[in-house]
Order: sequence, then structure tokens, then C-alpha cells
Amino acid sequence: MTSPAIQQPKEQSVWGFIVSELKPRGKWLTPFNILSIPVILTGLVLIVLRFAFGLGEVSNVSQEIPWGLWKGFNVVTGVAFAGGAYVLTFMVYILKMHKYHSVIRVTVLNGFLAYIFYAGALVLDLGKPWNIFNPLIGNSFGASSVLFLVAWHFVLYIFAQLIEFSPAVAEWIGARRARRILSGMTVAAVIFGITLSTLHQSGLGALFLMASEKIHPLWYNEFIPLLFLVSSVFAGLSMVIFEGSITHKVFNGQVGKNHRKNSDVIVHGLSKICAGGMFAYFFLQMLVFIHGQHWGLLFTPMGYWWMLEMFGFVLLPMILFFYSYRTFNLPVIRIAAIITMIGIILNRLNVSIIAYRWDAATHYMPSWKEIVISLTIIFIQIWIFRWVISRMPVLRDSPEWAKD
Amino acid sequence: MSINRRNFFKTMGVAGLTMAGLDSMGAKSGGTEETEFYGILYDATICIGCRACENACAKAHGFPEPDDELETGVIRKTSTTRRSVINKHETSAGEVMVRNSCMHCNQPACASACLTQAMYKTKEGPVIWREDKCMGCRYCMVSCPFDVPKFEYTSTNPKIQKCDMCYDRIKQGEIPVCAETCGDALYFGTRRELIAEAERRIAESPDSYVHQIFGEDVAGGTSALYLSPTPFDELGFDPRLKNESYPAMTKGFLYTVPAVFVLLPSLLLGLHEATKSNQNHSENHD
Ligand code: SF4
Ligand code: SF4
Repeated sequence: MTSPAIQQPKEQSVWGFIVSELKPRGKWLTPFNILSIPVILTGLVLIVLRFAFGLGEVSNVSQEIPWGLWKGFNVVTGVAFAGGAYVLTFMVYILKMHKYHSVIRVTVLNGFLAYIFYAGALVLDLGKPWNIFNPLIGNSFGASSVLFLVAWHFVLYIFAQLIEFSPAVAEWIGARRARRILSGMTVAAVIFGITLSTLHQSGLGALFLMASEKIHPLWYNEFIPLLFLVSSVFAGLSMVIFEGSITHKVFNGQVGKNHRKNSDVIVHGLSKICAGGMFAYFFLQMLVFIHGQHWGLLFTPMGYWWMLEMFGFVLLPMILFFYSYRTFNLPVIRIAAIITMIGIILNRLNVSIIAYRWDAATHYMPSWKEIVISLTIIFIQIWIFRWVISRMPVLRDSPEWAKD
Repeated sequence: MSINRRNFFKTMGVAGLTMAGLDSMGAKSGGTEETEFYGILYDATICIGCRACENACAKAHGFPEPDDELETGVIRKTSTTRRSVINKHETSAGEVMVRNSCMHCNQPACASACLTQAMYKTKEGPVIWREDKCMGCRYCMVSCPFDVPKFEYTSTNPKIQKCDMCYDRIKQGEIPVCAETCGDALYFGTRRELIAEAERRIAESPDSYVHQIFGEDVAGGTSALYLSPTPFDELGFDPRLKNESYPAMTKGFLYTVPAVFVLLPSLLLGLHEATKSNQNHSENHD
């Protein structure tokens, strides 16, 4: 499976190698390309407009609702989906559940890219992005700020994930010594990464703690950080299940022996963890609801919306996960994963946008320009993901020399 | 926060960043009683809605003078070009004016939200915004319970606009332009003096006032203080506003951060070691 370039890296000049690897491979006119190229091109133009004329030119965010789609969807929701990386590294490197090893790399890669691009979304959203280093270089530490913690953890976690993924890069360019050193750092990076993840997954929830009157009482409570953390577990794993079913179709040629052999077992195993996580989450949500004593709010439009989220997109997929785990029904597991993901999107958007200032006179609706830019970020991320997958040993097995 | 606790956290040393957070929060919550913050007392029984303060504020900060009329039921909001507004409300005590502007909280949510300390509580009391530090994340806007900071969405170098209690004037020993322009409805002084003055006014004519000083307790106490002839929710103040300080709501989370930073890695390392030996064990038996 390894290409000649990888087996004899020394005979080729470094530049020759890089140039040959930058060339696209495979067919050009895939449906995804046809969809994504125009969106990306439009998005790039809109990004130029955003910097030329200010945020208001492209975005519908307002004085009352200052955070819109980029923060609520790309950052807050996206990070939850990227949670698979910390959960899986925990299972494989700490608990030694080796059967999940073959999905580690693709999940970490996905998480790493997600964080890079969501940091990008954040920069687009900043009014004065040139001051972004202020909180990092220490001339103005706003250390009592939750956002300060989240920003720091974001940056540090990107490095941790880079280290976790780096052996794959070393295998790609054939750097044997570097690979040995980098693999030696994996466990440390994993431990650091898990710690950072638990803190910023919950931290994203903690961002909204001071908005106590602005978020509808059915969504606002002091346990938002905990709820965000617990839900990031099954959000991330559902993403792993979902993404696995797609990558297997799209990158069929890339999928290595090991990976293929294990994948059904993995999906089945993950469904159990999702079910358990969702049970804990649902239980917590109900406790919080009873504790909050908001019975009177249940039969209002926002109440129905809340019940839809809780029962339709938490309880239902949880039951599906339990059921399909028992019966080893992989298609149902995949459906449950998709419903779960919709539920996570609903939940994060509810907290950050929909139930945020639900009582405001004018509601926030993202403009088409915002949506295009939001998609542009995701599409570019997928492009790079695809580029890496078809070059580095992510889905396929590592080269012989790199077997431990 | 007691010194011991702080030292304890410090010796844990691992996450220096988060420690700094705890220190500054401790200092803030401890400092409010001793410091003499300045403030402005607004008395709705005296205000006649002439809006001289609005005009003076606009002129002093280079904004266009407001040309819209006061109408009951129409809430005029502060904006990027209007840092303080007067509104007219129909209440159980008849028509009553009320001023809306930054409350200059004792423990401002905006400043504790700001990750660059661009929003900053000065020792004199005004909460100011510092352009060279701000990165425009608008987290201050999300967090302010009074919806005060306003962002210039149409600018390529946007500012956050909000009342700064004429901080530059205060530093030079002058008083804010609004209070200087107005007669008795806007009264400038230290917060302690203002509360005493407000209590005196209530005691002198108890029938003219509701017996509450808005700002004494709300959001942990504010430098802007209000007297009114009618309950404050009739003047557009959100009755759901809490009396506890808003930054305190994130304290629970922020306090757990250093603990997690110390305990979780060691726990994970321990687990890692435990499973390692377990594995060798079982492999030997295989
Ligand atoms: S009212 Fe809002 S902007 Fe003013 S000091 Fe308080 S939190 Fe900050
Ligand atoms: S917008 Fe500026 S002042 Fe407001 S929190 Fe962000 S950095 Fe601080």
C-alpha cells in the first residue's frame, strides 16, 4: 500500500517529494468538489469583505445578540464534536482498550483540524484580531475570565494533538528516528490533552454562566459546564461513528487491513459507551430540571422546543443505542449517531443562540453570508482532511518499519 | 479568600495561569468595602426629562446630539453613539423619567469576562474600556447583565462604546459632564456619600420614594445609584436581576480548574501505569 516515495525518501529531493505530494490525486469532479468549490470561493470573497467593511457587512449579529453562527456553531458545537479525540485517547492509551486503536489517528486528525479551523472562525469573529496575542503573551492577562482559560486551553490542546498525530507525519516522510522520539511523547501528550479537554469542554459551557437572565431558564442553570462536558463524550463518539461510515465509503482504497477488520467491532463498542453517556446526561438534565422547578414553563413554545430536544434527540437515540447494541444492529447504531449529533447541534445552538435572548424584540437569524463563511470553514477543513488521509498512514496501516 | 488558601493554590504551581485568575478574583471581591468608589446618584423624582445630560455627554464625546423626542412606551437604547439615555415611562406614580447607562458595577461582569483586561474597573470606580487591549470578542456584551457595552459593527477598527463616567475628568478632579450639567437629579460623589444622601432624601420625604436604592445591592452593588417614586420594574429594570455579584457565578468553575489540573493528570498517569502492569500480567498468562 505504501507508495514508492515513502519507501525511498532519501533518493528524492525534499522539494520533489513535497511537490509531488501537493498534487491532487484521484478524480476531480466528485459531487463534494462540485458543491464545495463554489462555496469556498464565495466564502473567501466574503471574508475579504468582512475585513474591508467590518463585521456588520456580512454578519447579522447585533448589540443584543453579539455571538452568532460562527461562535455558536463552528466553535461551541464543533468543539463538542471534536471531543471524540480525548475520549478515544483515554480509552486506548490510558485504559488500554486496544481494539479502538485503529480509529485513533483519524479521530485525532479530525480533532486537530477542527480546533485549527474553529480557532480560525474565532479570529474572523473578532473585531480586533490583531490584538489576539494580548491574552497569550501576557501583557494583559484577564485571568479571571472563563474565555481566557478556554483560549489558552485551545492553543495548548492544539499542540497536544499535534504531538499525538505527529508519528503519522513522520511515517509519511519516512523519518524513523523522529518517529521514535515523537511516539515516546504520546502518553504525556495524551494525559495533558485529556486534562485540557475536560476543562475547555466544560469551559465552553461556563462561558454562559454570567448570562443568567439572558438564556431561557430551561437551558440556563449552574450545571451548564458539567452538562457540556458529559455530552461532549457521546457527541464526539457519535461523530466517530458517523465519520467512520463516510470515510469507509469515500476512502475505501485507503482503509487498511487492521482498520477494516476492527471497524464493526468498534462501532458496536462505541454504541454502548454512547448509550451509557447519554443515560447519565439525560438523568442529569432531568435532575437539573426538577431542581430548577420550571414546570410552569413546560407547556409554552420554548417548553415544547426543550422537550423535543430532550426526548426526541437525547432519550430516543439513547434507546436506539441500547437496542442496537443488544442486537448488534449496525445500521441502527449509525442512525442513532446521526440523531444524537442533531441533538447536540440543537443543544449547543439553543444555549448559545436560540434560547439566548429568546425574549428579545428582534431575533437573530444568520445571514446567508454568515452561513456561507461558516460552510467555507468546514469545507476547507474537509479538503485538508482528505489531503492528509490520502497521503499519510491515517486509515491505512503504518509502514512495516514503524510497527512497534 | 484567605491567605492560606491562596498560598495553598500557589504551591500547587502547575497551572500558573489559573492561579493568577484566583488571585485577581480574590482581590476584587475583598476590595469593595474599603475602596471609595465614585458614583452617580440619579433621582427620578427630580428629573424632568430635559436631557441636558444627554446633550452634554454627546458633545463631550464627539457624538451627534440626539434629535429624537421622548415618548412614553418607546424605549430609547444606548448605542455606539449614545452612552446614556433618558426614557419616559408610564407608571403607577404617573409619568416618570429614568436614565439608562453603565451601572459601573462594584464587581463588573464585563471586566471579569474580558480576557485582556480591556474592560477594567479603576480604583476610582469607573469601569473603563481600553482600546489597545481589546480584541473585539464581545464576551463583555454577552456577560453584562444590563446589556451596556455596544460594539461598532460597521467599523474595520471597532470600538466598544459605553459610559466611562468621564474617567479622564475624574482623574483631574472634575466631575462627569452629565452631573455637572444637571441640577440635583444627577449627583456625583463617593458611593458611601451617595448612599447616605439617598437615605437622607428618603427619610426626609418618605412618601415621595419607594424605600429602596437601586444599585445598593443589585449585581453585588453598583456605582450608579437610583431613587424612584415607583417600583423599579416599572422603570424597565429587569426584576430577574440578581443581587449576587455576577463574576461570582463563574467562581465555582474557575476554582475547580487548578484542582483538575493537579489531580486529573496524576490520576490518569496512575491509571496508565496500572493498566500497563495488568496487561503484562495477562500477557504472561496468555
Ligand atoms: S453595567 Fe455592564 S458594562 Fe457597566 S460595569 Fe456593569 S457589567 Fe460592566
Ligand atoms: S470585546 Fe474587548 S473589552 Fe469586551 S471582553 Fe472582548 S476583549 Fe474585552
